[in-house]
Amino acid sequence: MDKIIVSIFGVISILFTYWFFFMKKVNTVVATDEINILVDGGYKPERIAIPYGKTTKLVFHRKDSSSCLEEVVIADFKVRKFLPLNEKTEIEINPTKKGEFDFSCGMGMFHGKIIVI
Amino acid sequence: MNKQTFAIKGMHCASCVYTNEKALKAISGVTEAVVNLTTGKATLTSEQPVETNKIVDAVASVGYQVLIEKEESLDDKIKTEKIKELKELKVKVIVSLFLSGFIVWGSFPGLMNTAPDIVKNMFYHFLLASIVQFWGAYDFYRATISSLRHRIANMDTLVVIGTTVAYLYSTAVVFYPGFFERLNLKVEPYFDVSTVIIGLILLGRFLEAQAKAGTGEAIKKLIGLQAKTARVIRNKKEIDIAIDEVVAGDLIRVRPGEKIPVDGVIVEGESAIDESMVTGESMPASKYKGDTVIGATMNKSGSFVYKATKVGKDTMLSQIIKLVEEAQGSKAPIQRLADIISSYFVPIVIMLAISTFVGWYVFGPSSAFIFAMLNSIAVLIIACPCAMGLATPTAIMVGTGIGAQHGILIKDAESLETAHKIKTIIFDKTGTLTKGQPEVTNIVLIDKARYQKFFDGKQKTAKNLVSSLLNLSASIEKSSEHPLGEAIVNKAEEEKLKLSKVIKFKSITGKGVEGIVDGKKVYVGKLLNDLSIKEADKLKNQGKTVVYVYVEDKLVGLIAIADTVKETAREAVQQLQNLRIDVFMITGDNRETAQAIALQVGIKKENVLAEVLPEEKEKKVKELKRNNQIVAFVGDGINDAPALASADVGIAMGTGTDVAIEAAGITLVNKNLMSVVSAIKLSKQTMKTIKLNLFWAFAYNVVLIPVAMIGLISPILASGAMAISSISVVTNSLFLKKAKI
Repeated sequence: MDKIIVSIFGVISILFTYWFFFMKKVNTVVATDEINILVDGGYKPERIAIPYGKTTKLVFHRKDSSSCLEEVVIADFKVRKFLPLNEKTEIEINPTKKGEFDFSCGMGMFHGKIIVI
Repeated sequence: MNKQTFAIKGMHCASCVYTNEKALKAISGVTEAVVNLTTGKATLTSEQPVETNKIVDAVASVGYQVLIEKEESLDDKIKTEKIKELKELKVKVIVSLFLSGFIVWGSFPGLMNTAPDIVKNMFYHFLLASIVQFWGAYDFYRATISSLRHRIANMDTLVVIGTTVAYLYSTAVVFYPGFFERLNLKVEPYFDVSTVIIGLILLGRFLEAQAKAGTGEAIKKLIGLQAKTARVIRNKKEIDIAIDEVVAGDLIRVRPGEKIPVDGVIVEGESAIDESMVTGESMPASKYKGDTVIGATMNKSGSFVYKATKVGKDTMLSQIIKLVEEAQGSKAPIQRLADIISSYFVPIVIMLAISTFVGWYVFGPSSAFIFAMLNSIAVLIIACPCAMGLATPTAIMVGTGIGAQHGILIKDAESLETAHKIKTIIFDKTGTLTKGQPEVTNIVLIDKARYQKFFDGKQKTAKNLVSSLLNLSASIEKSSEHPLGEAIVNKAEEEKLKLSKVIKFKSITGKGVEGIVDGKKVYVGKLLNDLSIKEADKLKNQGKTVVYVYVEDKLVGLIAIADTVKETAREAVQQLQNLRIDVFMITGDNRETAQAIALQVGIKKENVLAEVLPEEKEKKVKELKRNNQIVAFVGDGINDAPALASADVGIAMGTGTDVAIEAAGITLVNKNLMSVVSAIKLSKQTMKTIKLNLFWAFAYNVVLIPVAMIGLISPILASGAMAISSISVVTNSLFLKKAKI
């Protein structure tokens, strides 16, 4: 009997894990000239839409002391920048191509997206 | 108008304000000075920025003190933060491992017999384990909670789930042993598991953070090269000022053994300068009036004055730093797969751990719950996404850094990756394989006896005769503006010959120049009749240009001039061929000249692309690319931009101070052709490191996760393996520093 309960519980846990991590909906925030991105256990907002051919200022505010999030990498714009704790770090980007570009922490565990529209 | 604001210490009344304002206004060039008592700050308005020492002196002269607070640089911030982080981590590692050691001593079968009763007490274990769990692993909890809010899981999540399960189970065993007895489970806590895992993972983090600091060392060294002060000459006085106060146009004095502060051009004096730190060229360069000097290089012998041309972010060093930083921010295509996998990795590991638990609980032997719990913890702990994330970037950081130290600037990680696959390399001839400046290569006397007779037999030895012929020709050519003439004059100057006086100088368009030297009519230029001269033909076949010297209308000698190949060309071509790279040469020159140069440097006859117009170079590159070959083009980066851009890897060479070349994937700061070989070797070494790192990171997880699932690894062993896994990847990247390139 206990084995059946554990099995059912296991299946539910796996489904929950799948739903929790892989099925999340992420809203896109449209940035005009400047956007604040909170760095605390991830990036908030995670999906940022920025205009094509215009300089947008991304202001990363790191509040998470974990060393994992100490760097932000926006590889398509050749940016790898250290974010001092509890400070705002400005990164200016001027996209010359449209599309979706990933940004992540130094080790690639936390991700965000920049959508050039 | 320029404004400067700074704080003044020691002001307490309105008269202090007045005194300070008066002193500041007295500084030459200051148009206005406003001192505010409440904020304790002064604002100066001036035409030109006022040097800090002048401000300090002016304020000190009236008995106050200027507080110059420099804003902490990003580098300092990183350093402070890292030192703090490492210090905290060190304390946590020591305490956690120490406490877990006690728990192991008091609970490990065999070992526990030697322990006093207090050490064996379960409540005492609970107390120590709680400290490790909530103080030692505090950062893991905080990171997990904040990332779960974003519905993201990472390494910390795995550690937290694994150790929390062990800790909570053990706590329940300590406080409700009866419950477990009724379930036929041994009353045995697993505090050793939770604490040792935390201790070892913290130790892993500590070592990893230390090793990672080493990967960015190269760029720190480059930043550290910057001089702090400059001795500028203003109003005929030499003053030492901070480097950021130097403006373009300033005259700067540099003495032997001093660092050159910014880029510029020598206006007075000469010296030998060690430029190895910026260009990677090991031989000191001789510099004279009119030559450019690079900031951050070292003046060896002479004292000189130079005019600053580029300061601040425009200097060559600043541009190199920017380029390296950008390259380190880019991603190598090889990293893509690792990126995709690591973004799904942690949730999948959680699912596998749940499956392991269920599998062992349902199918495991008696006391299945314990097996199920310990094995699923082992799965959570052994999984190491960090190694995958660190595999490529750490190697790229080290690789691009080493490159910069050798004068090899890599634009992005993709260029570094592509360079290791180069199968064909095309060298532009002029200025790349050759020095790009015509030089006298041969001086031949045609009729020794007649020549001697002309000049009354003054010169006896053959060496004397040759020098005399060169002297004669150079004396005439001195007044000409032809590049070939310049080569002859340069040669004479090199041999320190004293030129003779020329009268009745005449330039014959399309032919040559003539004049009277020592009473004799001398002509230097093209052949004056159609006779074929054996010696001249031989030189022409070697791709050289021949200039004929006539005295009194009689041909007496020949001077051969050619664009000479660089000393390093032959060795570089040979080494590239040893790397199984097909070497081509491209030039606008005629086939004979091109073949002659190719022969000298060791390029195969069929690989010579001669008589190619500049605009056709790009087309030739594309033709060679058609056979699915990875093609590199090596050129000067100015005229060859389209060819550089169309090659898979464009390599721009020796472009002096203008390093930010968009078209090139790799820029070589020096003109040494061996740097091309070094760049390719660097790429090969870096890729080897990346591949080994990725293999290790993937194989580790692919092999050990299933091993943990079938219960062959204890959770404690798993945490040890995990810690070693990411450190080994970073350490392997650091080994790149030892690579021979």
